[in-house]
Amino acid sequence: MPDATHPEFTADQLQEVRRLQGLYPDRRGALLPVLRLAQETFGHVSLEVEEYVAGLFDLSPAHVHEVVTFYTLFFQQPVGRHVVSVCHNLSCHLMGAKSIVEHLSRTLGVEVGETTADGRITLLTVECLCACEQAPMMQVDDRYEGLLTPEKVDRIIAGLA
Amino acid sequence: MAEKIFTRNFDRRDSHTLAVYRETGGYTALARALGMEPAAILEEVKKSNLRGLGGAAFPTGMKWSFIPKGSPAPKYLVINADEGEPGTFKDRYLMERDPHAMIEGMIIAARAIDSHLGFVYIRGEYVEPWRVVSGAVKEAYEAGLLGKNIQGSGFDFDIVVHRGAGAYICGEETGLLSSLEGKKGWPKIKPPFPAVKGAFGQPTIVNNVETIAAVPHIINRGGEWFAGLGTKTQGGTRLYSVSGHVARPGVVEAPVSVTLRSLIYDHCGGIRDGRRLKAVVPGGSSAPILTADEIDVTMDADGLKAAGSMIGSAGVIVMDETVSIPEALMVVARFYAHESCGQCTPCRESTGWIYKMARRIVEGKGRKEDLDTILDVSRRGAGTTICAFFDGAVGPYVSYIEKFRAEFEALIPHEA
Repeated sequence: MPDATHPEFTADQLQEVRRLQGLYPDRRGALLPVLRLAQETFGHVSLEVEEYVAGLFDLSPAHVHEVVTFYTLFFQQPVGRHVVSVCHNLSCHLMGAKSIVEHLSRTLGVEVGETTADGRITLLTVECLCACEQAPMMQVDDRYEGLLTPEKVDRIIAGLA
Repeated sequence: MAEKIFTRNFDRRDSHTLAVYRETGGYTALARALGMEPAAILEEVKKSNLRGLGGAAFPTGMKWSFIPKGSPAPKYLVINADEGEPGTFKDRYLMERDPHAMIEGMIIAARAIDSHLGFVYIRGEYVEPWRVVSGAVKEAYEAGLLGKNIQGSGFDFDIVVHRGAGAYICGEETGLLSSLEGKKGWPKIKPPFPAVKGAFGQPTIVNNVETIAAVPHIINRGGEWFAGLGTKTQGGTRLYSVSGHVARPGVVEAPVSVTLRSLIYDHCGGIRDGRRLKAVVPGGSSAPILTADEIDVTMDADGLKAAGSMIGSAGVIVMDETVSIPEALMVVARFYAHESCGQCTPCRESTGWIYKMARRIVEGKGRKEDLDTILDVSRRGAGTTICAFFDGAVGPYVSYIEKFRAEFEALIPHEA
């Protein structure tokens, strides 16, 4: 099973990489999509993953590192099975984001940026996710969850395996 | 009652599907546009007084006209769906509830600028919008509305749906293009403007989702009709994202000439819990703040400019009397410090300094010179950077302090 220390795509994934590269006038346009595929496959984007992806594009590992470190959605370290990202920007702040972050930090027993000891949940704060009409809100993996109260947050967290 | 254009399908069941879009006249504008000369399409858009609805309010027809005429170079159309301006969420609604309006607008625009390849750059966090838009693009291909020889017209156009990876600066059009090219999202010096040298070094038009979604309506009903809905200098209705302390937050469609007071009190039910209004940010977090006494202003680009603020992305953030403005500034300053791309020294350094000062003021550790230092650093940095990011940050830095100075001073220890 390939992991972030020995990254290698399957034949199907390599075909997908070539398809993505073919969509752009310059194949480098596919770098972000391929890094996303790599993160979904290997869990996070380690230095080894950066080097592997660089090879698929004929780019220097330094270029890929520069890209990976620029964007918030690429994780350079392992994260939990679920990532909970609470918006703390202005509209969510006005509607009580701080108390949501404090509640999550207390109930999960972690500080922002940390992962629970059982590897279940990583807690993050993020800038505006542009769902301010549902403030305070957060992203749980792929889902937006809004109009949060401590009780609603507890129910959502209880539903995460 | 104002006309509904952008939101007309929002409450319809399965409004994101091709079948429902077609039931409400979808793709009839495309049929019309495929029979028009590109110059005639451009003329109609110019007449409409459509201005960019992503933030800069630049006249759309004029932007399109900057594409070099008769150039054999490939030209690209890029849709900025990297919605990120704090307080804004209308493009999310458009993509989830009416994605075909954007796609139809793209094909028409592509014909006007002679482009055969378009990209939709969707922010990485927007998973559901990405799913819906991808599904709609697939449907459009299957129906022969995208690809080779669209509807037998001989016109070819492809759309690639591209996902970002988390960076506010990629909403800036040249930062977006850098990102689309597989780089970190650093903005580029203009000129050359993207219309001359944009994505992958070729002439490129970057339009916001809502801007492009207006195009089919303009083609079907005429530029004059659209212009007539607005003011002398800006046509149409637009979407306002209203959040914060209003009774009914959400997306509101209203003419560009609606007043801020009407948006808050008529459209959104006024201030929640019977509280009093304290301040409003009218156009996303980069727009200078307005006090409760300054809301009798029209929400068109020029009206807000005259009032010392800006329409930006039309993200209206409403604050009631319980809000601490220094805390709000700290939150906003944290955002700009986090999102500065680091390319230009004045922005990279000042956003960090200002966040530190704003934070210590809130923590009761402010120094008496901090407020003037923030104002000084803001004014010295404004206009000195490659893109408008720092100018956008200066909007809140200066206006929050100038309009609510006493509130900041009350937090700063006297002996400090």
